[in-house]
Amino acid sequence: MKVTVCIGSSCHLKGSRQVVERLQALIAENNLKDKVELSGKFCMGNCQHGVSVTVNDELFSVSPETVDDFFKTQILSKI
Amino acid sequence: MGKEGRKFDTKIQYLKYKVLREVARIAYNSDSGFELANSFNDIAKVIVPGPKATMRCCIYKERAIIAERIKMACGGNKNNPNVIEVIDIACDECPASGYQVSHDCRGCIAHRCEDVCPKDAITFDENQKAHIDKTKCVNCGACAKVCPYSAISNYKRPCEKACKVKAISMTNDEIGAAHINNDKCISCGACEYMCPFGAIADKSYILDVIDILKKSENNTKYKTYAIVAPSISSQFTYAKLGQVIYAIKELGFHSVVEAALGADMVSYSEAQELAEKGFLTSSCCPAFVDYIHKSFPKLVEHISHNLSPMASIAEYIKKHDETAKIVFIGPCTAKKMEIKQERVAKIIDSVLTFEELQALFDSRDFDMSSFPEDVLDNASYFGRIFARSGGLRDAVEQSLKEQNLDFDYKPIACDGIEECRLALLKASKGVLPNNFIEGMACVGGCIGGAGCLTHEARDKNEVDKYGREAMEKTITDAISMLK
Repeated sequence: MKVTVCIGSSCHLKGSRQVVERLQALIAENNLKDKVELSGKFCMGNCQHGVSVTVNDELFSVSPETVDDFFKTQILSKI
Repeated sequence: MGKEGRKFDTKIQYLKYKVLREVARIAYNSDSGFELANSFNDIAKVIVPGPKATMRCCIYKERAIIAERIKMACGGNKNNPNVIEVIDIACDECPASGYQVSHDCRGCIAHRCEDVCPKDAITFDENQKAHIDKTKCVNCGACAKVCPYSAISNYKRPCEKACKVKAISMTNDEIGAAHINNDKCISCGACEYMCPFGAIADKSYILDVIDILKKSENNTKYKTYAIVAPSISSQFTYAKLGQVIYAIKELGFHSVVEAALGADMVSYSEAQELAEKGFLTSSCCPAFVDYIHKSFPKLVEHISHNLSPMASIAEYIKKHDETAKIVFIGPCTAKKMEIKQERVAKIIDSVLTFEELQALFDSRDFDMSSFPEDVLDNASYFGRIFARSGGLRDAVEQSLKEQNLDFDYKPIACDGIEECRLALLKASKGVLPNNFIEGMACVGGCIGGAGCLTHEARDKNEVDKYGREAMEKTITDAISMLK
């Protein structure tokens, strides 16, 4: 599974670092390092609704507050 | 210069800018190089409307020089590997005769000049006025220092004076157009900025950039990225930085990324490399690195193995977006040389200076004041202050601290190529008391770069202010997302 977090300026200001760090931790906790490929991208063209995250090219809006839920519903449950 | 000209330090920059702007205007509006090739005369007439000459002997010479400038705007001489070139017909062949006695010599009796001359090169005529025998004179300047009337001065060309690495000579001894020795030149652009006739210029790749933007078809064929140097904070002062970022995207770039984030990556790994090796020179400034290769080859092994900040962040972008096209925008002419290196050529597609960026904006007739403010925030304070002398030194210190690396850090920040030369000379003799050399070829650091629109004393404060505005406060935080 390929998960990409937008680390462009706009999403960065909305907390993409916190989102990335939380996802890194959750992936490690759940031993998913071999199954989930986490990477960053500078701008996904969806600045209004950041933090933008794609899961296998499907686009989601995530925030530091919703990242745990997002992990459960869009990543963990789909592995 | 008019209101528009005030964006620049000198009228020469303004002149070059007008050529770049007109070339870009045509390139944007045409589909082939054919139209541009047919426009040389038209552009020359836009810039030199006549009927009276204002810069040279006649409008025909002025227009001929403009044609040469257009050639530089279109990439210059393809057979010359250097990006800095002399426009022969624009060179005014300034006096280059060294020390000369002027009419201010009063024919005094003391003759201090004669006493102090180590080569007996001073003679006197029947009016007791001094003359220098150029076959004996070694240009030491002792006579000039002791003359009570300041009647002896050194006639040296401004380009030669500006070139501290001594890469400039005259084609034919003391006369003829200036000549650049590529074996010594580090492409810093100091001569270009100082030549009062604008006879030295850097090759422009604006046509390549326009081509990259056009062929991306609004970033559908591939994505275009602009990596901007942190010195941008001291430039385009007539607008807000956010408006400039918006304008760069209006040119057609998909995304604007801070080179300063690459600087954070560099300082993080440079601290580790330094702790491991014990002695290093920085590798951020391409002119400084080139200088070590050309003048201190024995020290090459001590150059940090890090890519420059520009190349570091570009490498990251290309790794995650293989078809990305990346353009660096900064204050630096030497960056145009750096991207020819094998390791860098693969990741950076082209380089623009701030001068050229201004020309691109105006070729599209952007009204900057009407633009909304976009955001630019990727790097930490420490990445951003790389733009000025001492910034890299501070960032490596911070990186050592953040990584708890136990190392007795004794850095020296060399401000300008002359300070670099002194430190490298000492290092080559094993008498440098420092273990880290921050080398910046331009005085003040990147904010003194030849591709800047303005070079002002307050620029350093602008960089520091911009640094403090960064959301990330530590280097570790700024780069944590890249892992």
